Amino acid sequence: MTNSSLRVADLHVSFGTLEVLRGVDLAVPSGSTTCVIGPSGSGKSTLLRAINQLERPSRGDVLLDEVSVVRADPDALRRRIGMVFQHFNLFAHRTVLDNLVLPLRSVLRLSKEEARERALGHLGDVGLADKAPYRPSALSGGQRQRVAIARALAMRPEVMLFDEATSALDPELVKGVLGLMAELSATGMTMVVVTHEMGFARSVADQVAFMDHGRVVEVGPPGRVFESPSSPRLRRFLDQVL
Amino acid sequence: MSDLLDTFLNWDYIAEVLPDLLKTGLVNTLVLAGFSAVLGTVLGLGLALLGLSHRRWLRWPARVYTDIFRGLPAIVTILLVGQGLAVVARPLVGTNPYPLGILALSLIASAYIGEIFRAGIQSVDKGQSEAARALGMTHTATMARVVVPQGIRRVLPALVNQFISLVKDSSLVYFLGLLVSQRELFRIGQDLAANTGNQSPLVAAGLVYLAITVPLTHLVNAVDRRLREGRPVRGGDTLDELEPARG
Repeated sequence: MTNSSLRVADLHVSFGTLEVLRGVDLAVPSGSTTCVIGPSGSGKSTLLRAINQLERPSRGDVLLDEVSVVRADPDALRRRIGMVFQHFNLFAHRTVLDNLVLPLRSVLRLSKEEARERALGHLGDVGLADKAPYRPSALSGGQRQRVAIARALAMRPEVMLFDEATSALDPELVKGVLGLMAELSATGMTMVVVTHEMGFARSVADQVAFMDHGRVVEVGPPGRVFESPSSPRLRRFLDQVL
Repeated sequence: MSDLLDTFLNWDYIAEVLPDLLKTGLVNTLVLAGFSAVLGTVLGLGLALLGLSHRRWLRWPARVYTDIFRGLPAIVTILLVGQGLAVVARPLVGTNPYPLGILALSLIASAYIGEIFRAGIQSVDKGQSEAARALGMTHTATMARVVVPQGIRRVLPALVNQFISLVKDSSLVYFLGLLVSQRELFRIGQDLAANTGNQSPLVAAGLVYLAITVPLTHLVNAVDRRLREGRPVRGGDTLDELEPARG
């Protein structure tokens, strides 16, 4: 697996007159995990979506291994960046197996056999090989999210983005998905994780970035960010959530 | 009372018209409706995709087309196309009114089917296409493999309704002038009714229409129920995944 570093420089995104990202700077070293925390509407999800061009930045730069990709072909860029969504977004009309096989065939042009083999391998990694012939609707939320993670990993991305991957899950299912993400982090995958799970951020992240009003207000190792926050806004936020 | 019964249910006339209805009329009606359904569906899907385009110059023609063919009475379109284009089409199709009749029926049907597909495609959760794009799939692959298949499944009942309309509207080709062998159900019933002054042959034609359309109606209901309630496919697998996969 080749993992890349990710850097975001002075990134701006606007929806009409509403400026959602107002100059975000963030560096994620190769093989490390950065958790992005912050209040609702602070621009965390938009940041992830702008990194893989689901939203078009109006200004600023995104760099993979220090090479600017902000004007790269979006399809080519997205092949290098995996993304996991809050609502899983599994293809509802396809089986679990086909959810992995379809992009492998359509994007990476693998043969039917290769795609199937790789898909089953990744489903096995998340403990769901036996669910391969089922429709996503037959799975629990936690299982669906694990399939979504397997689907993204099967594309062998250099960076993984997680957009509130456990927010839509019942509490008892959160742990399994977070455990899987922690395992992935331990393998040295470059990860950016938008999360409300402060325990996860504290124990897994190499650095934590606090966003507010479209900017990264504070960034640092989890110990420092959680124990001795320097900005009053972060202190107020932590008082509310912890 | 017996006069009334005789006017509508004269068994002699019904027995006389039935062989023609089944051997000639039914086949011709199914040919007209079947070809129009296929062509109308293909055109309709194209219209839906144009109508959903981000480019205004692609959206607009689809909009205008739909407004025209949905807004005109079917008979006007059939006569304009069937008679108006006859001269141009003669070198290609001769004097047979079927090709132009099928074209006219398809143009009308595609306007409705396009709107049905458009609604279906628009109803697919945006997360589905975002997930496909985030995996690196192109816009075309995303539409073809993820969005359109889900959109179409949702509108199958409405689509079958449209096919029922086509079976009925195929009778309007009558106005283009049909040879004996080209007569469809309505024309065969109408001919004998006109000759005899008795409505029973038309009643017989109507019954054959019903024999096609009523099963289709029930098919719609069955499909609709299946999509609504979900149907076990494999070990508790259901079709209720047609709802966006949330929670």
